[in-house]
Amino acid sequence: MNRVPLEKKVLSENDRIAGELRERFREHGTLCLNLISSPGSGKTSLLERTLESLPGNDRVAVLTGDIQTENDAARLRRFGFPTKQITTGGTCHLDARMIDRHLADWKLEEIDLLFIENVGNLVCPSSYDLGENAKIVLLSVTEGEDKPLKYPSIFFKSELLVLTKVDLLPYVPFDIAVAEENARRVHPGMQSVRVSATTGSGMGEWMTWLEQRRAHAVKAQPVA
Amino acid sequence: MHEMGIANSVIEAVRTEAARYPGSSPRKVGLRIGELAAVDPESLRFCFEALTKETDLESLELEIEIRPRRHRCRDCHTDFNVKDYDFTCPQCGKLNSECISGDELEMAYLEVEEHEPSPA
Repeated sequence: MNRVPLEKKVLSENDRIAGELRERFREHGTLCLNLISSPGSGKTSLLERTLESLPGNDRVAVLTGDIQTENDAARLRRFGFPTKQITTGGTCHLDARMIDRHLADWKLEEIDLLFIENVGNLVCPSSYDLGENAKIVLLSVTEGEDKPLKYPSIFFKSELLVLTKVDLLPYVPFDIAVAEENARRVHPGMQSVRVSATTGSGMGEWMTWLEQRRAHAVKAQPVA
Repeated sequence: MHEMGIANSVIEAVRTEAARYPGSSPRKVGLRIGELAAVDPESLRFCFEALTKETDLESLELEIEIRPRRHRCRDCHTDFNVKDYDFTCPQCGKLNSECISGDELEMAYLEVEEHEPSPA
């Protein structure tokens, strides 16, 4: 028997395409954010509120993933920004090849901010690099505070935690401080914001984070 | 449930690698999976068996090594395994460390066996 060392990532093909995407985003100064959460945590609602408050001439685009239906793209398209639905037909996550394919007829040099709304799932999307600058994880207050401990991978890999539906806090037994503490147990120092897409509470904080992240991405571009 | 896709990637990689050793058959592939990789080894094993069953790779063995989450203390540079989200450095007792491994999803090795030379 002959043992050959492989030392190769299992998802090396995905990682290769993701690496190419990341390089293209960098070249064109596009900030790419990958939004991940359980189904129904409010990714689309957060995006609706966000797109609504951005100036109409802002160079923003959205790719939204679901297993079936064009519903989310229809909701998000109303704000006038380029929006495309990715229907995976059963796959529980987006992969880099899907992103690459759906970006084919868009000009990245005309997009400063690209939102990717992943398929609702806290597990599988954490394994697939999409070439994004940052992952953002959402957790709604109607879920359990211990989700970060149950699904550590995605909380560990995300730059920001967005606690959603905070307008429901008076009606649910959810301890928001405990949820944040759990996230920080998995990911020490993790930043978080608390928002309600319904009342608009906390949206300012989220928009500030977004603005700072965009400024940071622009600054990071090498001087030509 | 993305283990099927992962099992498929492993099998594709085994085929690519095995093609470099003509006259041999792949016997065993070794994976390293970190605790933070969000991959269920049992589910992966099930998918792997389902995909290789009744194919030329039916006898291919799958070995999975689970890797713990490891941190390095920024103060005293000690490396330690993290259990139950306790990030306290066992050496200096401080809470100032960074993750250095534990999210691996890697193929470590492939074992190939040469075919018996056929009788002349």
